[in-house]
Amino acid sequence: MVAGMWIRSTMTYRSSFALTLATSFCVTFFDFVVILLMFGQVKGLGGFSFAEVALLYGTTGTSFGIADLTMGSLQRMGKRVRDGSLDTFLMRPAPLLAQVAADKFALRRFGRVAQGLLVLVWALVLLDVAWTPVKVLLLPVMLLSGAVIFAALMVLGASVLFWVQDAAEVTNSFTYGGNTLLQYPPTIFAQELVRGVVYVVPLAFVNWLPALYVLGRPAPEGVPDWAVFASPLVAAVCCGVAGLAWRAGIRSYRSTGS
Amino acid sequence: MRLYATVAAGGFRRHATYRVATVAGVFTNTVFGFILSYTYIALWDERPQLGGYSMDDALAYVWIGQALITVCGLMGGGFEEELIERIRTGDIAVDLYRPADLQTWWFSANLGRSAYQLLGRGVVPMAVGALVFDFTLPQGPGTWLAFLVAVALGATVSFAIWYLVAMSAFWLLDGQGVVQVAWLGGLFFSGMLLPLNVFPGALGELARVLPWASMLQVPADVYLGKYAGGRELAGAYAFQGCWALVLFGAGRAAQAAATRKVVVQGG
Repeated sequence: MVAGMWIRSTMTYRSSFALTLATSFCVTFFDFVVILLMFGQVKGLGGFSFAEVALLYGTTGTSFGIADLTMGSLQRMGKRVRDGSLDTFLMRPAPLLAQVAADKFALRRFGRVAQGLLVLVWALVLLDVAWTPVKVLLLPVMLLSGAVIFAALMVLGASVLFWVQDAAEVTNSFTYGGNTLLQYPPTIFAQELVRGVVYVVPLAFVNWLPALYVLGRPAPEGVPDWAVFASPLVAAVCCGVAGLAWRAGIRSYRSTGS
Repeated sequence: MRLYATVAAGGFRRHATYRVATVAGVFTNTVFGFILSYTYIALWDERPQLGGYSMDDALAYVWIGQALITVCGLMGGGFEEELIERIRTGDIAVDLYRPADLQTWWFSANLGRSAYQLLGRGVVPMAVGALVFDFTLPQGPGTWLAFLVAVALGATVSFAIWYLVAMSAFWLLDGQGVVQVAWLGGLFFSGMLLPLNVFPGALGELARVLPWASMLQVPADVYLGKYAGGRELAGAYAFQGCWALVLFGAGRAAQAAATRKVVVQGG
């Protein structure tokens, strides 16, 4: 309902909305143009072809887009904690997380999802994959689990804002940064970084591990074979951790008293 | 003059109070620096000397970009949101009654902000990058100085662009659409994602003459010593200076038109 209110409020400035939706699409599109430009200069990146990189790009882009559409507003919460306007939300008879997520709900963020899906479809057309039922099933599972992992990271980051209101940018390095990281093949990064992404912040489960399976490539060294199917499990664990952090955050919340 | 110096100092101090935000920003810039560095390494491994840069040049370019994101407002000027909000709510009327010029006032405040961001968010990521990766360092203090001049000019062009964007809010009320377009320009045409001299053909030529080139590409090339001799360096400064003048002028014209409009509304 809150989201609906924000959609109505956005529609008040119709021309501005059209422009934001279009540019939101373009901004992410230009992001992909960079990869196109790179492949204009080289044939492969880290041993991956263009279509394979496009698959990585499309899967993480879609997952991140869905998470950003639903949870992207959480970034602004730091400001609400700081100026005390979060109190208004606490008075209303609705879950706080839902309210904060719907706060300033921006439909224009749909542009990002659309762009991710577009690249994904393009990649699937170009790719020469020996499809099996498992691989076909794995694709939507990967997209959804990825979206949940990103969303959980956003909630986790927002929970931290209860204590340090100014730290919103740290979350960005895991969400936006993770999204950028996952657009490229794991082979180009230092192995310590890849390990960090598998075991510390489980971003690799967003797309790297399942996508490598779809492409028929081996998982990075030291990662067990079954890990390629573990994304839903990892997503569930991430949700649990984020939920606990969010509760702890609310409990520690002290209004500014103004 | 004294007034504007005070405003600039205020801008510096104001941002210096957000220490946690600075640390968070440094962390983010460093993380992105790492990710970009590895992609550039993969790219330059396949194509050495791409865009006339060596691998060391390309890596230096990555970290210069991370250092200048907030200084030169590559992804947002850092002040326009506040200014747009003041225009939207009508608080701007109070600002217009002050015995100071609106544009110069905000420019001074933003100059202070840029100076703080250079120290607060520019130095550390660059130092971390230099420790982890081998990248090109300027040949001497002269190059550093030339680089700082280019950065100052870049920050000025950035201010002029974002000020113009904010002025559009007088007509559009909600400035978000225009902000996004400017954001797109900053992100793509400043060369933050990929150096502009790697862009092919006509797209590259276009990108290199647009104002956004002054914000990262030109300072980075000054740093890397790509402008041989004083004449070429002067040419680069002239490019930045011209854009600064044109955009400042446009911002001033928009301000004048908007002020007339505000008076009409208030009457």
